[in-house]
Amino acid sequence: MYKIREKKVLAEKTVMMKIIAPDIAKKAKPGNFVMLRIDEKGERIPLTIADHDLKTITIIFLVVGRTTEDLSKLDEGDYVLDVAGPLGNPIEIKNYGTVVFVAGGLGIAAIYPQLKSLKGSNKIISIIGAKTKELLFLVDEIKENSDETIICTDDGSYGKKGFVTDALKELIEQEQINHIITIGPTIMMKAVSDITKDKNIKTTASINSIMVDGIGMCGSCRVHVNNKIRFACVDGPEFNAHQIDWDELIKRNSKYKEEEHECMYSKDK
Amino acid sequence: MESEEQKPEEQKPEERIHNFNEVCFGYTKEQAIKEAKRCLQCQLPLCEKGCPAGISIKKFIKHIADEEFDLALKTILEKNSLPGICGRVCPAEEQCKKSCISRPAINIALLERFAADNAEKIAKNIKKTCKKIAVIGSGPAGLACSSDLALMGYEVVVYEALHKPGGVLTYGIPEFRLTKKIVMDEVNYIKKLGVNIKLNSVIGKLFGIDELLKKYDAVFIATGAGLPYFLGIEGENLNNVYSANEFLTRNNLMKAYKFPEYITPVKKSKKTVVIGGGNVAVDAARVAKRLGSDVTIIYRRSRKEMPGRDKEIKHAEEEGIEFRFLANPIKITGKHDVNGIECISMKLTKLDDSGRKIPMPVQGSEFKIACNQVIVAIGQGPNPLIGKTINLNTGKKGNIIADNNYQTSIKNVFAGGDITSGSATVIKAISDGKKAAKIIDEKLKRG
Repeated sequence: MYKIREKKVLAEKTVMMKIIAPDIAKKAKPGNFVMLRIDEKGERIPLTIADHDLKTITIIFLVVGRTTEDLSKLDEGDYVLDVAGPLGNPIEIKNYGTVVFVAGGLGIAAIYPQLKSLKGSNKIISIIGAKTKELLFLVDEIKENSDETIICTDDGSYGKKGFVTDALKELIEQEQINHIITIGPTIMMKAVSDITKDKNIKTTASINSIMVDGIGMCGSCRVHVNNKIRFACVDGPEFNAHQIDWDELIKRNSKYKEEEHECMYSKDK
Repeated sequence: MESEEQKPEEQKPEERIHNFNEVCFGYTKEQAIKEAKRCLQCQLPLCEKGCPAGISIKKFIKHIADEEFDLALKTILEKNSLPGICGRVCPAEEQCKKSCISRPAINIALLERFAADNAEKIAKNIKKTCKKIAVIGSGPAGLACSSDLALMGYEVVVYEALHKPGGVLTYGIPEFRLTKKIVMDEVNYIKKLGVNIKLNSVIGKLFGIDELLKKYDAVFIATGAGLPYFLGIEGENLNNVYSANEFLTRNNLMKAYKFPEYITPVKKSKKTVVIGGGNVAVDAARVAKRLGSDVTIIYRRSRKEMPGRDKEIKHAEEEGIEFRFLANPIKITGKHDVNGIECISMKLTKLDDSGRKIPMPVQGSEFKIACNQVIVAIGQGPNPLIGKTINLNTGKKGNIIADNNYQTSIKNVFAGGDITSGSATVIKAISDGKKAAKIIDEKLKRG
């Protein structure tokens, strides 16, 4: 059992929790994730480790379905049954030069530990976006740890009006970029990848495929990268964005749409 | 003395394809006693030579005949801590039962199962040593090794990556073949022996082997062969193409067949094709059947070469699962979801190194099967997570190399079960775990 030490609603439907898991916290590196199960009847879901101290790991999640909704209803002092990690490969921390982070929605939480670890040795430019102002979070934290921050909202309620990809296109014209890291909805990452592929800028994406165990034993999270089958949980989740079969990933991620709906519905009954 | 062979009741096929309850009900008290009384109590019991765990079969059967069920179980537990599991999944017809001279042969496994289910497992008092051993993986090899080491007095900590112990016993073998309550009962018995099982502990990520060596006198790696192989053919990443591992994990570990009471979903498909001929393929096919699907198993060799257990294949046939032998998939078709599979007929040619006939495609014999789900069950390899974190000698397929004494290339690190041999049987893993425990004990005593 893993105790929730702190809970905070960061934005509309966006919840942060600090969970006591000292062994995981000691080993957590930027790019790692955990698999979490709330209770005996629960499913296992992957969540990025957004931060950690000596005793706790921080997770940030968006309420999108049954499990995240159930999780959002837990309070400080409550427990979740299972947390396993740190999983996945950490990002490579080195001197790239100018690094641009492009994040949308929950991806903002995932880039946070990464840009913290790359700051100082790299010039960090962050482009973060959400549908509306209400859905933005960690803005101050991202700003503090970036040399430059561009904020976009689809409706223009905060920062620039438009998509992160619009801001990226503009930036590419003005700035010499050495490396791009993108995390967010698959459609957004694909769009980023398409832009940077033409410009030949090295881009990595942290993909979010459907996972069950998260330790490489089932292949639910598989995707073609450079025409080879890769398991996101053990071979990734970061891959060269230009080599990912994005259409396949989008298709695979929609696999359980009906069941996800049924699951919410059965709960309402 | 002589009486007829006792056959346990089984759930009828037309009923059992709608549920996940055990197919075989096991012996009643009367049946078990009758069957036990058929044992000839041979001077030199050949059955015992056939048991990889070395159970005193003659003695425990005598106890059942005398209605001393607790003593029967005690006798078994001296050699095997997992009798409820072995009594259900051991291929007894190739082991103990094969050498039995009674005709028909005594159903030893069913008697073992009876004892496990009908007597109380009492943990004995153990004299503790002060040495500590870490076991990685709580599958059959890890459980067998840790229980034996605990009985020898060692302080044993088992690290398990998943949220439930048991390895393949929990995520792989379905409920109708091995109820999870039995697995948990046996795990609880092992806990009573003093074994500490730490769940959600992914070794190689949470702790390295080098860190474990600082805290423990020895490490036993029993992480199994849990990496699914895929076919490498077109269409393999279409929706509704599962590895058997994923399909079985969703259903057995996560109980997706009880969705939406349990939150993990699994697709329910009208027509399923399972590729492979081992127990995993048969298990996956029978699970799909219970989810309401029509099922065809395609296998590239013939029925005779199927590595799956005969009894389970028969059960599958009774349940209406179709078999298409001498067929190999070449392409999975569909746009988003699977709509069919293209295969080619095979013929068997000369023997290969393993003594099995090599299947070769028959030119121009391509055919299609319409289906909306494909389950790939063509085997598993060792999970590479641990090998990545420490400089252990590994083989071509990523298996950890250990000698006849389960010794790896690193001092005080031992390995056994599927991680060394590739995917084999539960009883082989149990026997590896037991032998490794003995060797670890000898080595630590010698210092």
